[in-house]
Amino acid sequence: MSTVTQSPLPSPLRHRSIAGRKAADLIVKILSWIGALAGIAVMALVLYEVVIRGLKAWNVAFFTQPVPLDPMSTGGGMANAIVGTLVITAGAALIAIPIGFMAGVYLAEYGRNGRVATGVRMVANVVMGVPSIIVGVFAFAILVKPLHHYSGFAGSVALAFLMLPVMARTTEDILNLVPNELRESGLAMGAPRWRVTLKVVCKAARGGLITGATLAIVRVAGETAPLLFTALSSPYWITGLFGPGGYFGGPVANLTKTIFDMSGSPFPHMQSLAWGGALFIIVFVLGLNILVRLLFQRGKEW
Amino acid sequence: MSAVDAELEPNTGGPRSAAKAARRGRRVALGDPIFKGLAVGSGIFLAATMFGLAAVLVYNSWPAITTLGTKMLTTVAWSPGTNEYGALAALAGTFMSTLVAMVIAVPLALVIALLLVELVHPAVSRVVGTAIEMLASIPSIVFGMVGIFVIVPFVQDYFVPWLYSTPLGNLPGIRPGMQFQGGGVSIFTAGVVLAFMVLPFITAVSRDVMKMVPQVTKEAGYGMGSTTWEVMRKISLRYANSGIVGAVFIGLGRALGETMAVAFLIGSVFTDIPKSLFDPGTSIASLIALQFNEATDKITVSALIELGLILFLITVLFQIAAQAWLRRVQRATGGRA
Amino acid sequence: MVGIKVDEPTQIQGPGVVVPPRLEVAEDRRGGGEDFASLPSEISVRGLDFFYGKEQALFDNHIEIKKNRVTAVIGPSGCGKSTHLRTFNRIFNLYRDQRATGEIMFDGTNILSSQVDLLDLRRRIGMIFQKPSPFPMTVFDNVAYGLRQHYRLSRSELSSRVEEALKRSAIWDEVKHKLGEPGNALSGGQQQRLCIARAIAAEPDVLLMDEPCSAIDPVATAKIEELILELKNKYTIVLVTHNMQQAARVSDYTAFFFQGRIIEFGDTTQIFSNPAEKQTEEYITGRFG
Repeated sequence: MSTVTQSPLPSPLRHRSIAGRKAADLIVKILSWIGALAGIAVMALVLYEVVIRGLKAWNVAFFTQPVPLDPMSTGGGMANAIVGTLVITAGAALIAIPIGFMAGVYLAEYGRNGRVATGVRMVANVVMGVPSIIVGVFAFAILVKPLHHYSGFAGSVALAFLMLPVMARTTEDILNLVPNELRESGLAMGAPRWRVTLKVVCKAARGGLITGATLAIVRVAGETAPLLFTALSSPYWITGLFGPGGYFGGPVANLTKTIFDMSGSPFPHMQSLAWGGALFIIVFVLGLNILVRLLFQRGKEW
Repeated sequence: MSAVDAELEPNTGGPRSAAKAARRGRRVALGDPIFKGLAVGSGIFLAATMFGLAAVLVYNSWPAITTLGTKMLTTVAWSPGTNEYGALAALAGTFMSTLVAMVIAVPLALVIALLLVELVHPAVSRVVGTAIEMLASIPSIVFGMVGIFVIVPFVQDYFVPWLYSTPLGNLPGIRPGMQFQGGGVSIFTAGVVLAFMVLPFITAVSRDVMKMVPQVTKEAGYGMGSTTWEVMRKISLRYANSGIVGAVFIGLGRALGETMAVAFLIGSVFTDIPKSLFDPGTSIASLIALQFNEATDKITVSALIELGLILFLITVLFQIAAQAWLRRVQRATGGRA
Repeated sequence: MVGIKVDEPTQIQGPGVVVPPRLEVAEDRRGGGEDFASLPSEISVRGLDFFYGKEQALFDNHIEIKKNRVTAVIGPSGCGKSTHLRTFNRIFNLYRDQRATGEIMFDGTNILSSQVDLLDLRRRIGMIFQKPSPFPMTVFDNVAYGLRQHYRLSRSELSSRVEEALKRSAIWDEVKHKLGEPGNALSGGQQQRLCIARAIAAEPDVLLMDEPCSAIDPVATAKIEELILELKNKYTIVLVTHNMQQAARVSDYTAFFFQGRIIEFGDTTQIFSNPAEKQTEEYITGRFG
């Protein structure tokens, strides 16, 4: 092995400043803290404003009266909008959850890494990135335009479109967590594939699946854009399934669009109602999120 | 498992039992293909939705496409009253507000991720991380409301006057443009609020990816006498960079399509490309949101749907680019590891 | 040249008792016969205790690491040898619940005191880890890492120092055409030599090696052992190893650790042929470990 002559150490003058490096490190650390605090501050600000302003609007009338017809009135509430949102979201869930679930089953149990399944997965990812307003335009084009009227159902379809890929991917992820031994032992008992999947695998993954479905619902409950030209809004109670005030027949009051309309109103009471609605949405969305998080910890245990 | 056991009761002999077993067998034999059919069908349906969406958008914007040709992409103003259907103002506003959002959100996300991974106790990290994730679940309209009632006045009454009193206020892009209306409702405000809507996702992915850097490699970095920032910059970020870039792409896509918060905050100037960050403008998504129900004639509606098609294509391209990037990176690291 | 002369195994001395062959060390080793006390100490450890949270892992360690010698640290797994090594560059400071008390004198200061500049300490005391860990960058950038960080050098100076470090690590010929390739494109043994080159490029005084060969094949291990013998001409080396034969082949002095204490420390030849402590002898003869 050759011995190499050793060059002398660079003279001290040509060392890089340790103080400078430490200063840069300190600056970044300070920026990190500022950043984290900024994020938390924004969160706190939003919550604070919504709670303070929204609580003022929360009274009995808020939860029992429909949206006032006269913008200058000081009464009324958001009750019909709340009910409408629940109805529209439930409709979306009825469509998206079964189909999304089965699509997730396909991806996890049947297609897995095959070419078709990979393609489906890719498309699902892309769909998840489509802006929700475009989905609203889509629902408008297939349900509102041809039928010449807005409908709560069109709103549900738009929301279902958004929920579908989320539901599918979540289902797939949860089912993939189920160990293969469980499937094999089910099949080894002679049970057919579909029974094993439903009664064994899904039962084991039940906690995660419920969580996934709940989170998917919660995500679309707060959406506004898809409802802008589908369910539109209404100051009236929903009057059943058909007819001009019905779910399939005409516009249905919903919280998000109503908030949107009222926040643009120059009248303070309307704005107050809007804040009340915003508070309701936040409580609903964050509350379910936290609840599901707490449940999920337990759901993960095998 | 008892339901499965019940199905597998032994054949106890006798004709009735045999018939029962035969019926059971048939039911079971049908069950599998039906179930699989439903599953495959759902999967295909899921994929079909995207193509259905694209097809419907194209079909419905066809009247506008044939009437306007490429004018939408070359005209600035959106003014159906004067027969102008230009997308450029909206496109400019979309990109400008998104740019502001990313310039704020990406560095912020990285330093917050650094904090969560290296600088604080794991328990604190979990609390801070959860708080930031909660930001992600706040509906867009709530951001819009807090934006317009709280942030806009602040920007207009305090921030902009202060900024304009400094030399920075004279820089091009910062000094007021033609449409200036006080600076509260503006590209800037929309961008800032947008940044905090995109921040949680990028932070979460950055944190997850940075956690995957092997501890030995980081120790080797510290062992060489590096500071925390140097280890992050020269080692962790390099290791994690693909995941972070992917997350930035996806965040970008979301910012481009964000509607409600932006609609509240960017203004409704459909006719000019903003020359200043503090001018109001519009974005494609908010233009559609605000104008759709006002549109009366078929061409305007069709043109709006064409705008939607343009936005759709932009976001799809970003998604595909992000997916392709992430897959290429996964293949590379998979091969190396 | 590294060589081990092995005695013929002595005959069976009674039922089931075999006296294993004695390891003798080769001639170019400087241990044995030197005056230990008069050699300059690079690192002097006195009264070192170490804690993982509430649990104590090192108890009252005393040791002298001599300049330009290889000191091996041996012992069964979990005895604290890595823990001890990691106090020398204070890498344990990364972890909140780990702390050390006592004195580790290096160049006139106690390494454990809070006045010590960690960045400079780690430039002077480099570390090679058990798992070869090249940084996610090219071979060249890996070796240049420390140089760029601590010094201002011209491009040509940088190149020549990188080349020199790679030559001194006996890997230049293998990588001279691959300088632009990622560090982890190399084989395991090459990666480890790359890490050695990276460590020595910044001109440290001491090299800490934490079981550097345990994740590498025997051929590469032999190359690294040859390298260690070369390197000690310029650097002080502390080598933690679970492989006793390696310690015997390569080191001048050996410390035997057991359950956080230094049971015996001395000349390698003496430790392996004539250990003073019973526990040392039991470990060396393979009765436990």
